[in-house]
Amino acid sequence: MRAAFERRRHLLDFAVRSLARRPTRNLGLILVYGLVVFLVGSVMLWGSAVRREASAILAGGPEITAQAMVMGRHDLTVDADVALLKGLRGVRRVEPRLWGYLWDSAGAANYTLMVPSTAATDLAVAKGEAIVGEGVARARRLAPGKMLFLVSPSGRFLKTRVKAVLPAESALVSADLVLVEESDFRAFFELPDGVWTDVALTVANPSEVGTISGKAALKLPHHRFVTRADMSRSAEALFSWREGLTLALLAGALVAFAILAFDRASGLSAEERREIGILKAIGWETGDVIASKLFEGALISLTAFLLGVLAAWVHVFLFSAGLFEPVLKGWATLYPRFPLSPRIDALEIATLGMLTVVPFMAAILVPVWRTASADPDAVMR
Amino acid sequence: MITLEAVTKTFAQGRHDRVDAVRSVDLDVADGRVTVLRGPSGSGKTTLLTLIGCLARPTSGRIRIDGETVSGLPERFLTETRRRTFGFVFQKFNLIRGLSALDNVVLPAFPLGVPSRTLSDRAMRLLDRFGLADRAGLPAEHLSGGEAQRVAIARALINDPAVIIADEPTASLDGDRVAQFLAIAEDLKRSGKTVLITSHDPRITEASLVDALVTMADGRIVEVAG
Amino acid sequence: MIFHPPILALIGASLLSAVVLAGAALFAVRLLRHWDPASGAERQIGLERTTTLVSTVVAFVLVLEAASLVLFAFNADRMAPLFVGAMCAVGSLQASPWGFPALWAKIAVFFAAFVWLAVDRLDGRTRDYALTRTKYVGLLALAPLVFAEGGIELAYFLDLKADTITSCCGKLFGESRPNFGGDLASLDPKLALGLLAAGVAAAVVAGLPAAGSRIAAVALGVLSLAVFGLALAAIVAAIGPYVYEMPHHHCPFCILKREYGHVGFALYLPLFLATGAGLSAGTLALVAGNRAEMVAARRGLSRIAIAGHLVFALAAATLVATSGLKL
Ligand SMILES: Nc1ncnc2c1ncn2[C@@H]1O[C@H](COP(=O)(O)OP(=O)(O)OP(=O)(O)O)[C@@H](O)[C@H]1O
Ligand SMILES: [Mg+2]
Repeated sequence: MRAAFERRRHLLDFAVRSLARRPTRNLGLILVYGLVVFLVGSVMLWGSAVRREASAILAGGPEITAQAMVMGRHDLTVDADVALLKGLRGVRRVEPRLWGYLWDSAGAANYTLMVPSTAATDLAVAKGEAIVGEGVARARRLAPGKMLFLVSPSGRFLKTRVKAVLPAESALVSADLVLVEESDFRAFFELPDGVWTDVALTVANPSEVGTISGKAALKLPHHRFVTRADMSRSAEALFSWREGLTLALLAGALVAFAILAFDRASGLSAEERREIGILKAIGWETGDVIASKLFEGALISLTAFLLGVLAAWVHVFLFSAGLFEPVLKGWATLYPRFPLSPRIDALEIATLGMLTVVPFMAAILVPVWRTASADPDAVMR
Repeated sequence: MITLEAVTKTFAQGRHDRVDAVRSVDLDVADGRVTVLRGPSGSGKTTLLTLIGCLARPTSGRIRIDGETVSGLPERFLTETRRRTFGFVFQKFNLIRGLSALDNVVLPAFPLGVPSRTLSDRAMRLLDRFGLADRAGLPAEHLSGGEAQRVAIARALINDPAVIIADEPTASLDGDRVAQFLAIAEDLKRSGKTVLITSHDPRITEASLVDALVTMADGRIVEVAG
Repeated sequence: MIFHPPILALIGASLLSAVVLAGAALFAVRLLRHWDPASGAERQIGLERTTTLVSTVVAFVLVLEAASLVLFAFNADRMAPLFVGAMCAVGSLQASPWGFPALWAKIAVFFAAFVWLAVDRLDGRTRDYALTRTKYVGLLALAPLVFAEGGIELAYFLDLKADTITSCCGKLFGESRPNFGGDLASLDPKLALGLLAAGVAAAVVAGLPAAGSRIAAVALGVLSLAVFGLALAAIVAAIGPYVYEMPHHHCPFCILKREYGHVGFALYLPLFLATGAGLSAGTLALVAGNRAEMVAARRGLSRIAIAGHLVFALAAATLVATSGLKL
């Protein structure tokens, strides 16, 4: 027992010194390896952080959203329908909402114009005022007190003074947001009174969401009712899919890396071969040499993995995955530049290990075995 | 006692360029004696040493060490036997560059799982015995030829083997170093070790400490003297 | 198909295992045809050399399978929000008819690889390659199992669609459900724990003489498998509810979660180890004789099995005793 333990310790010790004896060669490998971990890790950390962010934002939203439909397309809700919804049992709050999209040719971006909820007192805006998202502020170089001019598709002007810029925390959803007062909104989009974009329903008992949306659908057949669970599922699916696709693209990089590892492990220098021959001649078993070489691989993996994960963490959480923005976001011109809340969990680490360390170790197994089973009598020649 | 019965080693079997390096050799190597193998170049001396030293496996025939047949053992046990029974001194010394003299000496004991402390004590005693205590920390590539050989001998002795095998030990050494080697061999013999040497160096083959002189030619043993 | 990174990693791992086992199986065929330890010919030396490679790569596959088993369970849990009605791993596994078969197949591969490596280790300790042929016949059986596992897992992942309506642990282990899960859940907790205790005791008793007696070792193997089944039943029927402190929450996966302090690991790790070791001891008793190294191997494995069973029993007893729930 003790001897077996000491034996491992000696082999590990020898592996450490072997690595130290060839620093440049191994540093190069660690660098490439770390880069691969960094790439894959960044994609994964980014993906899961964004999904978490989206679900956190959805968690603050209404349980049910009602939208009027005409011929299968989104239409405006009228006051009468809002009144009907208010009559539903189990619904705590019914809030008709006003929001719409605006293509801003000056900033070459889409904005979401919205009237803030009456419940959100911190977001209240007076006539002639606006609160803008972080992306809008960046694109138009806005700061509180500056003026924001918007032009509607029909040529109407809206001139507002920026009251505040939304904090970056929730920027994923609010980066392109412009909050304006209701009468400004209606005048700008030429909307009559008494119509709304959609209706947010807050339910008293969360476990009744399904039943209530069913009942509501019966009462208002021309409306579509989307529950928060539906939205979080489709958000989850969307982000996962993006992330998975990117990973699939990175699979090419992984294969290339595995080939590199294989090549490195096969192409030993004459000096290294001689060394293995000596070890075998003086009494090391093939298994000892394999163990020592695999320890080397494991040490390289550990170093590269830690470096790569650390770099990915810094990249994603301190620099908002700056390198990947064009690839991973792509659905909006104004991608958010916001600190994702830093978190990393065991499942992600395990997956990352499975995607990077496993191919590396698998790639070196055969070359390691091949060098380790060299004939010990070769050193006599 | 090491016994060889009809031991044959054929290289590149089945192809056209097959070489019968050792042909049907019968030999007894007595315990506690110095045996020297000699013969022209290519006569199979080194090959025979690798077979006796469990570095390679005979194509046919049987090798027994103290009664146990080792020729058909799995690699692992063959290695174990080698580790336990033999210490090797190679012609080119074969120290590992980048490791100190001390680190080279302890290497054969790693697979035995001897604790590091015990191991370095043992290694220091051996280096001291060969007058190398002050060279212990020096990287192997900085050692002189004679020092390197003595480190190699210390390494061969670290597991306290019964048999020391040396292939052309003096080929890379000059005059007085040969005398030094002979003195060490004498010392080993006195401490009860079996010593097996190949050489065509007359200073070795004609040395007084040699108990048996085996002459090989073309893969066969042609004469056993002493 | 859901493009989750863990799913890609799991598929990659299965693919790798399958490729490795395919190569190993081809070699096994060659070995079974030409194996002759008495020969010193190059071909025999080459075969012997390659056996080291096969042992190394199968050990690698075992580690990979163990890791992927854990990853599989946790990923199933993590996927739950994608499916309507799923709250934990059970829901995700129920989202496709391939879900639970994939899990069982992974467990089977884990144990099969465990047993194979135990035989391999013992073979490496014999001076005459006593078990090499047996081992490679076994490898020819292990390979299809690994392929099947990979196939079932792939079928499961391909079959998954977000928004699938599924049912979770509350339904699968609903006490009035006319299914196997319901039967397990409605098992009297005292009876389930009693059976488990009896099983563990029997396995330990069989394990004590298993080094010397081959019959005892075979009994240990059979009992280990039985304890594995009883343990899963007891976790569903009793230990789970005790941990959750809710008499009607019967899930065998949720105990692995952070909410419950990952206590599931204290149960499953010793249980899997004990089952693997017990099965290995039993298998060795069937394929190997009573030579010193074979007895030593059985002794080592039966000790691991006994220790694993005792640690498992201790963990289970602690969880039941410290629970605020009284059933
Ligand atoms: N691995 C090998 N493959 C093929 N032929 C080999 C191999 N090793 C040795 N030989 C051949 O076997 C024969 C015996 O070689 P060996 O090295 O044993 O001779 P030797 O007596 O030690 O010669 P020297 O005195 O030159 O060292 C030689 O003809 C050599 O070419
Ligand atoms: Mg020679």
